[in-house]
Order: sequence, then C-alpha cells, then structure tokens
Amino acid sequence: MTTSPFDSYRPPDGSVRKRRRRRGGSGRGPGPARNWLNRDGGGTREAPAVPDAEFSSYYGRSVIKPVPWDEKIGAYLFLGGVAAGSGLIATGAAVTGRETLRRNSRLTAMTTVALSGAALVADLGRPERFLNMLRTVKLTSPMSVGTWILSAYATFAGVTTASELVRLVSPSRPDASGSPSRPDASGGEILGHRARGVAMTDDLLRAADRLLTRLDAPASVGQALLAPPLAAYTAVLLSDTVTPVWFEARRQLPFVFVGSAAMASAGLQLVLTPTAQTGPARRLAVLGAATDLIAMRQFEEHLAEWDLDEPIHTGEAGAKLAAAQVLTVAGGLGSLLAGRSRVVAVASGLALATASALTRFGIVEAGIESAKDPKYTVGPQKRRLQERREAGKVHDSTVTVR
Amino acid sequence: MGYLTRQLSGRTDPASDAGWQEAPERKGFFTDTSVCIGCKACEVACKEWNALPMDGSLDLSGDSYDNTGDLGASTWRHVAFVEQSKGRIEAARASGRALVDLGMPTVGSPSASPSATASPSPAASPSPATSPSPSSGGVPAGYGTLPAPQEHGGPSLGDLLTEKSAVENGADPLSAGGGLGTTVDGVPMVGPLPEFRWLMASDVCKHCTHAGCLDVCPTGALFRSEHGTVVVQDDVCNGCGYCVGACPFGVIERRTDSAVSVRGDGHVPNVGVAQKCTLCYDRLSHDQEPACAQTCPTTSIRFGPREDMVEAARERVGQLHEQGFTEARLYGANDDDGVGGTGSVFLLLDEPEVYGLPPDPICATSKLPEMFRTAGLAGLGLLGAAAIAFVGGKK
Repeated sequence: MTTSPFDSYRPPDGSVRKRRRRRGGSGRGPGPARNWLNRDGGGTREAPAVPDAEFSSYYGRSVIKPVPWDEKIGAYLFLGGVAAGSGLIATGAAVTGRETLRRNSRLTAMTTVALSGAALVADLGRPERFLNMLRTVKLTSPMSVGTWILSAYATFAGVTTASELVRLVSPSRPDASGSPSRPDASGGEILGHRARGVAMTDDLLRAADRLLTRLDAPASVGQALLAPPLAAYTAVLLSDTVTPVWFEARRQLPFVFVGSAAMASAGLQLVLTPTAQTGPARRLAVLGAATDLIAMRQFEEHLAEWDLDEPIHTGEAGAKLAAAQVLTVAGGLGSLLAGRSRVVAVASGLALATASALTRFGIVEAGIESAKDPKYTVGPQKRRLQERREAGKVHDSTVTVR
Repeated sequence: MGYLTRQLSGRTDPASDAGWQEAPERKGFFTDTSVCIGCKACEVACKEWNALPMDGSLDLSGDSYDNTGDLGASTWRHVAFVEQSKGRIEAARASGRALVDLGMPTVGSPSASPSATASPSPAASPSPATSPSPSSGGVPAGYGTLPAPQEHGGPSLGDLLTEKSAVENGADPLSAGGGLGTTVDGVPMVGPLPEFRWLMASDVCKHCTHAGCLDVCPTGALFRSEHGTVVVQDDVCNGCGYCVGACPFGVIERRTDSAVSVRGDGHVPNVGVAQKCTLCYDRLSHDQEPACAQTCPTTSIRFGPREDMVEAARERVGQLHEQGFTEARLYGANDDDGVGGTGSVFLLLDEPEVYGLPPDPICATSKLPEMFRTAGLAGLGLLGAAAIAFVGGKK
C-alpha cells in the first residue's frame, strides 16, 4: 500500500515501461517526459515496477541455474562417443579378421577415451578430483555410473591397445615393424651390454605378447559390451538435470547420441583406413547418420511441441545444429555412394565426425541457453501443471491451499 | 512401495531412508512472506555466521530493493522484492481463488481423496471438512485490517468502516463492497484493493525430500543429515557442477573467483566448490536454531520440526483467507509433489514464478529409471547396428 503524498504524481499504470528491467538505465520506453517527480528508478524509488503482464517472472531472472560447463564437456561427450563406436568397430574387425581396421580403430578408441578423460579432468580442474569420484558408486548419479563405465572401458581399451602395440614392435612378428628392431652391432666395448639389454627387452616383449594374446579376446569382448553404455550414458547425464531442453528430450537424446557416436567413429575409420577394409565402417556410418537424422528430427518435434525449440534453432547452438544436419546428410550420402574412392570416403568421414562434434556442442549450448531464460523453465512447467489440473489431477501440485 | 522406489520419488522420511537410525524429527523452515518486511537481517545473519564472502560487485541492480539477485554459492538467504500494481494484486487474488475452486489439496490430506479429484467445477465451494469455519461467522472481511492509507493513497479507514457496517446491516454485499466478491469461505469482501503493494519474500534452499543435487552428486560430497536436511562437504566436493544443473530451484552453485573477499588477506575460501544453505547444520548439532530464523524480527522465518512448520503454515494461510487475502497459498508443503515436499515451506501471496520459484518443480532423478531404460534400448540398437554392419555382406 502506498504511503507517500507524492504518489499522485506517479504515471498511471498503462504508461509504465514494458521492458526487461535488467537492462538497467539505458533504453527507457516511451512514457511521460522525465522530470524530478516522475522519473523511475531515480531518487524517489517509489515508481511501481510492474513486471510484464503476459509472463510473470522475477525481473527476468532465471529460475534454475545453468550447469557451469563449457566446451570441455562438449569435447568430452564427443570423444567418449568416438571411443565407444571405435571399440565396437575394433571388436568387429578383430572377429572378421580386418587387421588394419582393427589396429586403427583400437588406437583411435584408446586415444579418444584418454582424451575424453583428459577433458573431464580439465573441467574438474585437478586430476585427483577424478579419483575422488572413484571412491564411491552411486547408481542415482549418471556421472558416477559414467565414470565407472569410462574407467572400465579404458581398462579394456588399454589391454587391446597394448596388444596392438606389442604386435607392432614384437620381435616374434618382424613383419609388423618395417625397420629391423635390433640395432646394428657397431659399438665398441658397450656392445656386450647393449646386446644383453636388447635380449632382455625381447624376452619381456615375448612374455607380454603371450600374455596379451591370451587377454586380447576377453578384452575385445569387454570393450564391445561397454561401448554401448559409454555411448548412451552421456545422454542420461544431460537429461538427469532440470535444464529444460535436456530434461524434456530425455526420450530422444540417447538415440541422438548413439547415432552420433556410430557415425563419428565410423567416419574416422573411413579417414584412417584404406577402403579395402572399411566396408563395415561405411555401413555403420550410414546407419549412424540415418539414426542421428531421425532422432534429431524427433528431438526437434518434441521440443517444438513444448515451445522449447527456440534454443536449438537460434544463436550459436542453432547454427551448430543446422550445420551438423547438413554435414550429416552429406557425409551419410557420401559414405553410401563412396564405393572404392578413398577421397570421397575421407571427405564423408570428416563430414560425419565434424557433424557429430557439432551436434554435441550444439546440444550442450542449447541446454545451457534454455536454463538461462525463465520462460523455458516456467512455460513447460505451467503447461504440465495445467494439463494435470484439466485432467482432474490436483493432488500432486507443489502449491496448496491451506 | 519398495525401498528402492521410495529413494527417487513419493512420500518418504528422508533421514531414515538415508540410513539414519533413530533420527531426530525432520527440521525445516516456514517462511511466511506475508509478514516479511524486507529488512534483509536474515541475509546478513547468514553471511556472518557462515563467513560467506561477498557476491559480485557493489552495483545496484535496479530491481526494487533487491541488490542481491538470487540464491547462490555465497548467498544462502535471499530477500526478493516484488512491486505490484492493483491489476497484479487482483490477478493474484483471482489465481488464489481459482486454486480453491479447483479443489487443490490441503496439506496432510490423503492423496486419494475422491472429492479432490472429482469434477473441479468452478462453482464448487470448498468442502466443509477442509475449510475451518471462519471465526467471524459471516461478518464481512476485507483489507480494513491494514493500516489506513494516507491521503490520495486509497480509501480512508472511515470509508471502509462505513462500508463494513452497511454490509453488516444487510446491504447487498456486492454493491457495498464495490463488487469485490467473497473470501474463499464465502464471506463478502469490503474495502477496495490497495493501489500498490510490495511483496517481500526470503528465499532459501528447500532441503527437498527428494533432492536432485544430492542424488546426482558423484562423490558423495552432498549428504542427508540426521535432521533430514541436505548438506555439502566442501572438502569432498570435486567441483563437477552436476548438482547445479540438477537443482529444480536454482539454489546450489559453484563458487567462482568473481566472489569478492571480505577478508583482509584477499582470500576467498572454497572457490570452485558447490555451496548452499546447510540449514546451519553446525548450530542444529548444538540445539541452536539457524541464524536467519533467530535474527528474523517479524517471525517471518520460523524454524522447527517440519510437521510443526507445516501445521503453522496451514493455520496462517487459513487466517489470511478469513481476512480476505485469497491470494495466500502454501508452497512446498505437499508431500505428493515433484520433489516429495520441501523441508522449507513458504506462504506466498502470488504465483510461485512471481517470486522466481518454479511452478511445478520435479526432481530429475524421479525419471531416472525411464532414462536408463531408454538409454539401454539405444545402446542395444548401437550393438545391433554394429553387428549388422559387420555381418551384412563381405566387401
């Protein structure tokens, strides 16, 4: 209730500025000329500051807080997806005897899973913070579950990669490395020491080779079985927040992510491996691209239904997702029609990998954008509430009378 | 319901669910915004007791008297200031009436009450069981209980009293009250609405029954205390920021370097670590009440066993309805809501979003089984696709 005698000088309600008040002093709307009596926000501090009637929010402030994640998390999601898909390709190649494809995809899997972990550590700030997460297992936390999936996957990938590396340098497989592994006997008196050292290394390598040959198959199976959870859990990681775009897309996001992982990893093998062995990679790339396109379509439709499609269509996130879509179509068609052409294969592979990266970054950014504007939080929630009330269901509202 | 189901949604006692044996009564706040005067003593007391550094700069926000903005890593109590004109007050009042007409639940009533879910006709009056009979017994209610406004600021107390007696003497309440309608209990209103009002509300961590932040924390840095509250251990937190995205109320936050130190040595503690209200866990352990509640000069912030708080809230909202404040409603007192009821219960005088509160918060982990199922399906699809890629034809 007002108490000031100066209140009668206040402009009537209709003329009160209709603008986002956060803009501060600049950009005052049309209204009566400013003078010492009716200036708003000036010395009197008595002017009514009525929020816009169409949409109630608290000075346009966000209701929820956006996750404090930057591009490192986008990179983490992308690299994790590539690692997962590469692991599947590696196991498939090992089973079907495609040597180059197996070697390349195993090395890709290890590299990307290591980089993915590095991106996570960089986001956390200190390496021991990653270890901190391994002190507990929490099934209600997708991040805890994911850390264990990532660690277990990296362990299996480590074994298969070691097996691949030993194969590359092992003396029992001289064909693996082009140059002779033994240096020429050119030294003088150190010759003896040197030869003994080399012999010891050879023994070690042989032992490692024997061990790894035995571990190779189970590790390959383990890698293949952990790959799908690694590719899909990141979708749960995002959806299990109150970020409107991620939470509302909880039924579509896992399919987007596995499709994206398949096309990115297959795409990278199209780049790295000669076409003679990339038949399966091409098929996986096409399947992945198709899945990604369909899932992204459903993702967009679902969000549009909830008036949440603005963040994924506008701004930087929108541009990234649009570019990703174009590249996915181009890369998918390219890998479908590449035939034996290495150039087309490399181009489509790069397009698919880029598309996947852009998809991850775009979805992360769109989610963060959607958390910043209260309309994306309040709008869907009010609608949800309204629909329940219209259905006669009122017992589960957070607002009660008496 | 099984033990596992109870972990993610529905009614439950959080402390015993978390494994506390013989836990004390669940503690909570009741924040009655109708008596808040916006003095910000709670903000200051919280800062002082918990040694929180300053947030941001010393700039004025221009958002009424609110220069704090929102809850965050270094603001565990935040007083919101909402300025409303007559139109907004009318809308708030109408929305409060609509809630009653909808048959919204009263706190503590069994969820399966058939009368609550039956056809919510707008004409339906509240059932006699849920509405305590007004002590005024048919006497008109109104804003006459407020202090008389000054000249040009609204009707004088004399006018109000004249109107009131006119209604009491049998005049048509609608014409006497200027068509102001009735209270939720059907008592005719007298006295026009004020031209302007300030809503002041002290916000705080809700200490949800199903706390999203607690569920998603990958390190166990967040834990459920024996008092049923949610507390962060800053020496265990690894700063992943997941809890920030999981809080449906936007309470918890990771402290950043931009926090300005209040210490002489320029040191800001716990940078990069999630922080939020602990409901003064350290004070509770010594039978003290939280600093904000102890300092509140108007008893707007009350602290005690949650059941007592809900009871007090219920009484107060009934009282306000009797006086004609149909806009009064409770927030967070319903154990069947998306977070299983909050430890901090609020009495609001408008819709939650007006105060920057979510209108229908949901703990994201309540949908976790569904999410894991979908992800599992997608993962199987990926495995199948890889198998098809390798089996389908030799090239």
